[in-house]
Amino acid sequence: MQGKCGLFFTSYKDEAQIFQSGFQKIMIGLLILVLCAAPFLLNVYMTSVMNLIFIAVVGAVALNLLTGICGQISLGHGAFIGVGAYVAGQCTLHGVPFPIAILAAGLITAMVGMVFGVPSLRLKGIYLAIATLAAQLVLEYVFLHGGAMTGGSNGLLLEPPMILGFSFDTELRMYFLLFFFAAAALLMVSNIMRTKYGRAFVSIRDFYLSAEIVGVNLFWYKLVAFGVSSFLAGVAGGLWAHYTGYISAEQFNIALSISYRAMIIIGGMGSVLGSVFGAIFIVLLPEVLNAVANGLGMFFPDISHYIVALREGVFGMVLILFLIFEPEGLAHRWRLIKAYWKLYPFAH
Amino acid sequence: MEYYLQLFINGLVVGSLYSLVALGFVIIYKATKVVNFAQGELVMVGAYICFSLTVQFHIPFIWAFFLTLGFSVLLGLVIEKMILRPLIGEEPIMVIMVTIGMSSVLKSLVQLFWGTQIRVYPQVLPTEPIFIAGLPVAPVYIAAFILSAVLFAIFSIFFKYSRTGIAMRATAFDQQAAQSMGIGIKNIFAMSWCIACIVSAVGGVILGNINGINSHIGHLGLKVFPAVILGGLDSLLGAALGGLIVGVLENICGGAAKQFFGLGGFREVAAFIVLVIILMIKPYGLFGTKEIERV
Repeated sequence: MQGKCGLFFTSYKDEAQIFQSGFQKIMIGLLILVLCAAPFLLNVYMTSVMNLIFIAVVGAVALNLLTGICGQISLGHGAFIGVGAYVAGQCTLHGVPFPIAILAAGLITAMVGMVFGVPSLRLKGIYLAIATLAAQLVLEYVFLHGGAMTGGSNGLLLEPPMILGFSFDTELRMYFLLFFFAAAALLMVSNIMRTKYGRAFVSIRDFYLSAEIVGVNLFWYKLVAFGVSSFLAGVAGGLWAHYTGYISAEQFNIALSISYRAMIIIGGMGSVLGSVFGAIFIVLLPEVLNAVANGLGMFFPDISHYIVALREGVFGMVLILFLIFEPEGLAHRWRLIKAYWKLYPFAH
Repeated sequence: MEYYLQLFINGLVVGSLYSLVALGFVIIYKATKVVNFAQGELVMVGAYICFSLTVQFHIPFIWAFFLTLGFSVLLGLVIEKMILRPLIGEEPIMVIMVTIGMSSVLKSLVQLFWGTQIRVYPQVLPTEPIFIAGLPVAPVYIAAFILSAVLFAIFSIFFKYSRTGIAMRATAFDQQAAQSMGIGIKNIFAMSWCIACIVSAVGGVILGNINGINSHIGHLGLKVFPAVILGGLDSLLGAALGGLIVGVLENICGGAAKQFFGLGGFREVAAFIVLVIILMIKPYGLFGTKEIERV
């Protein structure tokens, strides 16, 4: 942790705070106020985009915990999100209250994630990537052929979430529910990072042999990382399922895993803030492309035929460009901007 | 019984395609340690280029085929120079992601140029089936199998005896040592991408002759992973055998699942289930080199 200029800590506890300075606390408070006021000023479409961003933030921060902080590659998070969606969906269809359904989704997904995480003790790098890729494809198959459990290719239809008789049936109501979950997920991961577990994860990422030598139980911590990460992925899945009101197997294909991977790479690996940036970027990308395509529709009437292909191409292109020119992600760029403004008129 | 024999032969044919794709994958991995998730898309691009040359530009098939190979060389060079070279020495996850990004771009280019519907190659080979062990087999299947075997033989000889091939093996073994012996590592990297692109393009042309092409044949690239895990990531023979085994395995498992449990589509995941089991027992694959790490 890099101490900020003008901050003087007299205890480790102070230093480990998430928000260290009064200024930071004020800014976060302001941000929360702005976000609470935002849906009343934005139209329904923009609110729905914000809702998608909140769900993506939960998933991205989950994956970032596993890959960015603990260094374990997973190409199966799309399917883990799917597991959460189906579990939460089945729960609420059987009359379980929404909060408990979300919790169950998280816990069962955590179990599934840990089962597929078991090989992670022995597998590294590419082999782990391939094993989780296999998990993704096997789970996808299960979703499609799960019979009554998953609704097969018909999928499941869900009601909007209901908490204590209050139905979250509009975009505006969903906004606050999803905002709460996104903030909770961010807070949870930020807090994990400053505990013993967080430090153990980072040490495993940096060099697993050294970690083992200083007494980190590799198997246990890797398993916990898979568990926590899958838990959050399951929560994201449950939220997504209830937000869209419909689950089908095609939603949770490998493309979803890839887009979550892209979020954490574009945002910045190992950074909680980066997950937020990445989620915003990847959710906004297709929306912006659609807007541009609509704008260009006057000049190129055929553009709507190409938009699907274009979207994928632009996504791949952005990913490649980020990896080549900004491998540290948007979080790094954010730090540079902050550093520039810190001393603004008097730099050097 | 005949049902399974038919499945076995189908498996061998599909497997020979997997072998070709796996061959390309292993060549890249051996020389550059890059895990290429875009292998299936390279197959697709090759297939579409050849299709375009024969059908849209009316070039005789054989010339179109060689032009496709030439194009593949260019494609390999472009990919290596522009995308992979800046990432030399990055973490594996970064390199994996860049190949995934590349696969998105290639897929989208193919969709932009040729659309998403199935395209059918003109018939090059006769359509009357040839009978093997009393079972009808289309000549194109046999041609596919033979072509894969020939390519495999050529590359085995190339790696064993040619100067470049030996240089490539040396690079794979130890990059620093190879460089200090005067081998141009960058050329080797470019070379291996070119070769991989050529092999993939051949696979694509064969695939196009078997059952037409659409923009989803890139999924073939995923099947490469069970094949190379079975065969070892850095063994050419292993990749070829792994591809054949995966092809046969998934056809027979899929057939059996359909017959006994009424499960459709099991073919697609059978190989991956086997893959997970293998990785749990032997973390470096069946024939992979165990990496020994010292502190």
